[in-house]
This record gives sequence, C-alpha cells and structure tokens, in this order.
Amino acid sequence: MKKILIANRGEIASRIIHTCKRLGIETIAVHSEADEHMPFVTEADAAFLIGPPPVQQSYLKGEEILEIALREGADGIHPGYGLLSENAEFASRVSEAGLKFIGPDALTITEMGDKVGSRSTMKAASVPVVPGTDDGVESLEDAIRVAKTIGYPIMLKASAGGGGVGMVRCESEQALSQQFDSVKSRAKMYFGNDLVFIEKYITNARHIEVQIFGDDAGNIVHLFERNCSVQRRNQKVIEESPSPNLSAETKNRLYQAAIDAAKAVNYKNAGTVEFIVDENDEIYFLEMNTRLQVEHPVTEEVTGYDLVEWQIEVARGNELPVKNQDDIQLNGHALEFRVYAEDPKTFMPSPGTITKLKLQSDIDGIRIDNGYAENGKVTPFYDPLISKVIVHGNTRDEAIEKSKRFFEQVEIEGLKTNISLFTEVLNEESFKDGTYTTAILTDWSKK
Amino acid sequence: MTQLKSTMAGTVFTVNVAVGEEVAAGQVVIVLESMKMEIPVEAEIAGKVTAINVNVGDFVNENDVLVTLGE
Repeated sequence: MKKILIANRGEIASRIIHTCKRLGIETIAVHSEADEHMPFVTEADAAFLIGPPPVQQSYLKGEEILEIALREGADGIHPGYGLLSENAEFASRVSEAGLKFIGPDALTITEMGDKVGSRSTMKAASVPVVPGTDDGVESLEDAIRVAKTIGYPIMLKASAGGGGVGMVRCESEQALSQQFDSVKSRAKMYFGNDLVFIEKYITNARHIEVQIFGDDAGNIVHLFERNCSVQRRNQKVIEESPSPNLSAETKNRLYQAAIDAAKAVNYKNAGTVEFIVDENDEIYFLEMNTRLQVEHPVTEEVTGYDLVEWQIEVARGNELPVKNQDDIQLNGHALEFRVYAEDPKTFMPSPGTITKLKLQSDIDGIRIDNGYAENGKVTPFYDPLISKVIVHGNTRDEAIEKSKRFFEQVEIEGLKTNISLFTEVLNEESFKDGTYTTAILTDWSKK
Repeated sequence: MTQLKSTMAGTVFTVNVAVGEEVAAGQVVIVLESMKMEIPVEAEIAGKVTAINVNVGDFVNENDVLVTLGE
C-alpha cells in the first residue's frame, strides 16, 4: 500500500495520517464544508471536499468517497472509528473495487454488528454472555414476560445499535412499558432495523475490554485490557490500561474469552471485545467492536506498538508484527482523557470557536491526539471530541499525578470543556483506589 | 402565544405533536439531535399547538422557532 484515503475526520484522521507519514505512505483526506480548516485537511497530501456538513451528505457517502479513492489512485481506505467503519456494505464495496479496506472482513462486520446474532455466536464458542434473550423480543408482552424471568433492572437494546446509542435501562415493568416503543422506533430511525432485545442490567459493574488483533494467516493475539468504566450516557470519558482492581486470574479469563471470541469469527485486523465484569469478578461478553477504538492509544502507550501500523501491515496481507503472545509485554500504566466541548456538569454539548488552545506542557510521557487548531470551530454536526490526552507513567499513581499536573496547565478558551471534570474524577476516592464502576459519573453528578 | 425555540443548533430528530393538539407544561414536543445526543425540547407552559415550523430532518440554528403554542 502506497496511498491511503482516510474516510474520517478530526483527531483520528490526523492520527492515521501521522503513522502513514512515518511509514512513507501518501494520504488523501476527504472533508465536509464545515471541516475545511481542520488540521487533518492540511496535514494530508491531498484533500477533497465531499459535501455539506451533515454526515449523511458527506462522511457517510461511501460511493463518492470510493470514487475519489479510485480516481486518485489510492490502494487502501482507512475508515477510522464511527461513520463508515462498521458499515459492511462499504467494506465489501471497497474490496470489490480492488482496494484494501483497512479493517476486518465485511462478513465479520455484519456478524458482530448484529448484537442478537453475535450473542449466539459467542455462546456457541463458550464465551459467557450477559443473561438475556437469545432472539429479539417482538412485542411489549413478550418483553415483559422475558424481563420477569431475568429480573429488573434490565437493558433494552437495539440489535443493530452500538457506541452507547439505542439502549435504555429499565428499572421496572412500568419503565419498560414506557420505553419499549420509543427504543424500537429509535432503532429503526438510527440503524434502519427495529429489532430489540433484553439483557440483564448488571449493577456495580466495570466495563473492561480486550484489544485483539488477527491476520490472514490465522494468528490471533491480545494486547491486554482497558478499563473504560468512566462513562456518561453509556459513552466513555476516561480509559486506562491495565485495569486496576482486577486479579491476574480474572484478567486471564478475560484474555482467553477475547481470544475465543476472535477465533470464533476468524477475526482479522484490529478488534475489541467488550465485557462487563460484576462485583464477584464474573465476566460477560457485551459486544465486539470491529474497528480501531477511540481509546486505542492507552494500549499503544503500555505495549509500545503502533496499532495503525499493525492495521496497515495486516491489510497488506502480512502477518502480525508480533505473533507470539508472550512477546507482547506491558510497560507501566496509561490513562486517556477525552476532551469534549461540553458542559462538565450536565454533559450538554457546547459548540463554538476555540479561541485559545494550549495543550503543551513540560511534563514527560504526555501524548496529545488533537483534532483542532486554535481558532478552530467545533460545529454541532459531529461528536464534540476536541482532543485526547494520553498520560503514561511507570505506575498508575505516577500517571494520575502527572495527569493532575497537566490539567492545571491546560488552557482552552472560547467554549465549555469537560476538563474540570477530569480533576474532580482524579480526586475521587473510588478512582484513586481503582474500585470505580460505570456509575462513577452518575453518582458524582448527583452530589 | 409562546414560541418554543431551539436551545442549540442541531437536526430535528422527532416531532412529537400535531397542530391543534393540547400539550401539558413539561411535555416533550420536539427532540433535536446534535453532536451524537438527543436534546428534548419541552413545552414551557400548557397550551394548544398553533404552528409547527420544522420537519423531521431539518437543520435548525440556536433560537430558531420550532413550535408556537396558543391559548
């Protein structure tokens, strides 16, 4: 591969371009009218306007993007995360056109994108899944009957959903009755499929995921776990690797289950197996994300590998750069903070112009995956992520200390950001001792 | 007459009321979608919907009038 088109925007497009530059690969950016002045547009070797700001008219226009790739002589397309990254039709169109889709096979994307189907696949592979329905629930009556046998609270989820969208927690039959139709119609609107299913809601849970990687030769390895329990609206805010407060025995069960899950679908390229871990350290498969995750840098910082480089190597048909599991070692501890343009208390988005952006510091071991430049505009059309701050330390305590010092020096002006939240979380007892669960932000915002 | 305005720029995700319908104070009349989240717009007072100025899928700016409520 000599020339790659990046079908994405913001920090992830910039991050992919950086690796391509290091590897001597040419890059093509595509952008909407709203993103004309974003750093990734100027960083790429070539950039093309694809349409108006809404994603349906720009970043989701797979055919137009593919046409540009063909016209410009690209030999691969990197979809980043979100947008077209888990669109199986796009993945197969790219392959049919003779280009490399830098991600797993279209069939794997289809299989894992169907949450009801992926639960069955995992059960068959002896991977423990969250107690719930094997098929979708057709009617409210059906849902109520199932929920009774599972026990409240339950999660009502869209089978085609993901990324924290299309799911609602129901405490009681009354809540389920109120939510059923709206979850179904939202599923239809967002994902074009109104199949919904029910899972037990596991209280006091931690969200732990395992990074896996596979290649065409059938090698599959894991790159340890990430704890992503700091969430708002089922979307992650702070992630870390390795996970605190998790025994070596539990970690090994997670790694084994993740490898089993990957083998069950002959997984190729980068993938993430998400698990829920309950207070008794029981583990449950939640879903498999068939793409590079937003939080992949924490894994890069503790393993020393560039996962985008690995993705490109695998897409080229080469074997994994490291295929012997024992050769993959953990070094220190990494935390990632997602800097969002949003109110730190209500989590409501806050678009606007970034009049000052100072993310530099004299602290070592800090990596900034940034999407915006000073005077850049955060528009209401996309996810409010501005930058990711990744902090590496020899120990978790050291990483926390560095993070605190770093956020004292950061200055972002012109819009609201969630930076003050980071300092608050870093001082929370449950975060400091590593026992925090997915309830940490909800509990904190009630204070 | 009360005008319900958009609190931020976004896309109209759902319109939950029809012209002529009586709504209660606090009822969600429109849901906007912006930056990957749904933002409900509630009726500030009880009243009858006299006009709906937007359709599902429309892009609205902050302070655009979405719905008008009358007596």
